[in-house]
Amino acid sequence: MPRLEEYRSIVGTDTLEELYLLSRLLQGKTVLNVNSTAIGGGVAEILSRMVPLLCELGVQAGWEVIKGGEAFYAVTKKFHNALHGDAQEILPRDYQVYVDTVDQNLMQMKLDADIVFIHDPQPAALVKKRRELKNFWLWRCHIDLSRPDPHVWDFLRPYVEQYNMCVFSAPSFAQTLPIPQVLISPSIDPLSDKNRDLREEEIRTILERLKIPTDKPLVTQVSRFDRIKDPLGVIEAFQRVKPYVEARLLLVGGSADDDPEGAQVLSEVQERAREDADILVLPLPPTSHVEINAIQRASAVILQKSLREGFGLTVTEALWKEKPVIASAVGGIPLQMTHKHSGILTHTVDGAAYWIKQLLNEPEYAKKLGENGKEYVRQNFLLTRHLRDYLLTFISLYHHPSDFIHL
Amino acid sequence: MITRASEPFRFFTRLSLTALTGIKAKNLKELLEHLKVVPDAVIYEHTHRFLQQHQHLVPEPPNDFSYWVTHMLQDEMLGERLAAIDTIRFNSLNDFRNAIVSAIENHLKKNSNLRQVPEGKEFHFMRAIRFSIPTQHHAYNLTEFLDCLKKVSISSLYLHVFEARLRPPLGINDFSHWFETELDEKTLAEKVAKLDPYTQTLEGLRSKIIGFIEGRLKDLSHATP
Repeated sequence: MPRLEEYRSIVGTDTLEELYLLSRLLQGKTVLNVNSTAIGGGVAEILSRMVPLLCELGVQAGWEVIKGGEAFYAVTKKFHNALHGDAQEILPRDYQVYVDTVDQNLMQMKLDADIVFIHDPQPAALVKKRRELKNFWLWRCHIDLSRPDPHVWDFLRPYVEQYNMCVFSAPSFAQTLPIPQVLISPSIDPLSDKNRDLREEEIRTILERLKIPTDKPLVTQVSRFDRIKDPLGVIEAFQRVKPYVEARLLLVGGSADDDPEGAQVLSEVQERAREDADILVLPLPPTSHVEINAIQRASAVILQKSLREGFGLTVTEALWKEKPVIASAVGGIPLQMTHKHSGILTHTVDGAAYWIKQLLNEPEYAKKLGENGKEYVRQNFLLTRHLRDYLLTFISLYHHPSDFIHL
Repeated sequence: MITRASEPFRFFTRLSLTALTGIKAKNLKELLEHLKVVPDAVIYEHTHRFLQQHQHLVPEPPNDFSYWVTHMLQDEMLGERLAAIDTIRFNSLNDFRNAIVSAIENHLKKNSNLRQVPEGKEFHFMRAIRFSIPTQHHAYNLTEFLDCLKKVSISSLYLHVFEARLRPPLGINDFSHWFETELDEKTLAEKVAKLDPYTQTLEGLRSKIIGFIEGRLKDLSHATP
């Protein structure tokens, strides 16, 4: 794991000094992070980097994963989709499975850290314990809550209201709540295997190993095989421009332990891609970070045609690699790029198709988009900024709610 | 000879978190109604946040209200008016707010057409939670000050140059105030005060102030017998 000092050349001395300054105010404090999966998905990825860095700064950070069976994850997947705004059939017994699983976890988990930091809806109800423990509880919602299904939100809201504070990734996710809400964008780690610089030779070797031909420019979408990511829409967009461009479409992604739908979506995508030799579907294990890195770097254009999105960290990753990105204007994606300045925001299959053609035909313009995108990510979406916002949030818990906090 | 201050200049740094209010506007009338009553910290967030977030972009987007009116409501005339409100003229956030409010009110008097943005494009009101944090840097004279200025973070620069103007003594940045009251460096104080911090990047601003101080130190060294 890279040490904090290794970030100095990327983010600058100022940024590191601020982190050291803030961390002095939290020396010895314990922070327990809880989420629902140790591997796969953006949350686990951020935690795997954030926790060691917090420890290096003298904050005693830990990370635990709640345990649940298939039934629990099937329910929380429905919750996830419903909170994203897709109607789901959720039965009373589903809610009961959720409550029972959280209660079983409550019996086994030690939640007496100074600050308990809960990520996403799956472990949200653990907050029941707060009244007894009298410590600080934060809820971090990583998903797009701008149009939540009212039934699921009404079920979760009483839990959320018991927290000291909640954290959202985009302004439009804010809710009317009696507790303070703060905006913290997620981030990527520029030194992780997924984002670090790679030598040309490394990229070539990885692509050869994965049997990805590079004789045509690659148009790539990296994401879980999930309907919300619209992989079939990506294929449709690509097939519309195929008569006019020489390119290959690559759909690549891992799966998360807490996503039972993944296999079914993958097989639908494979079925659709079967008839077209220029479409490659590449499921990868969730630990394939360096492989994803190489694929993104080898691509001419990156797509993220999601129908809903939390923040859209795959977009951040692609921008960091100076790639021209065509992405849907959903969730946190519009926060990451300015249309036609640092990336392309689209709303339809037609729009995505039009821009694939444009960017493949105008590599100079595509290059400029990539350069602007990288600089914006450097300023706003790297791990060190995220770490700073978390430290500020932790510090704010120890002060009366106010617009000014003098330290 | 270099003057030594009786009170050192202590560098603080300013960091902020963005709080969400859950309040949103989908047309100009709603924007105006909320603008009139939201706390100063909301005005601050939407008129100053960009300074820290878009450091590499010049020209900067002047404020979120102008951006939203231009790009989401697609009312370019009002957007331009809001962008042209000269931030540096106002010594309090409330005066600044009143200027924005009256620009919108005047526009509404002449334009009855009330456009509505599509779902997802609303203006979301946010509030800044500001933290002042002491740094280890302090200076008793110009040489020490120069040394510190080269080392402090841009957030520190931001606090002493931008925010200082919005608290007593109103309208003056902390550097100019200290140069004048502690070092009797009136000309240097005026030169720094004349810089318009809103139209350049923070690093550009730092370089200019460093240049002024180096120039002054050179003069002082020549004047020394």
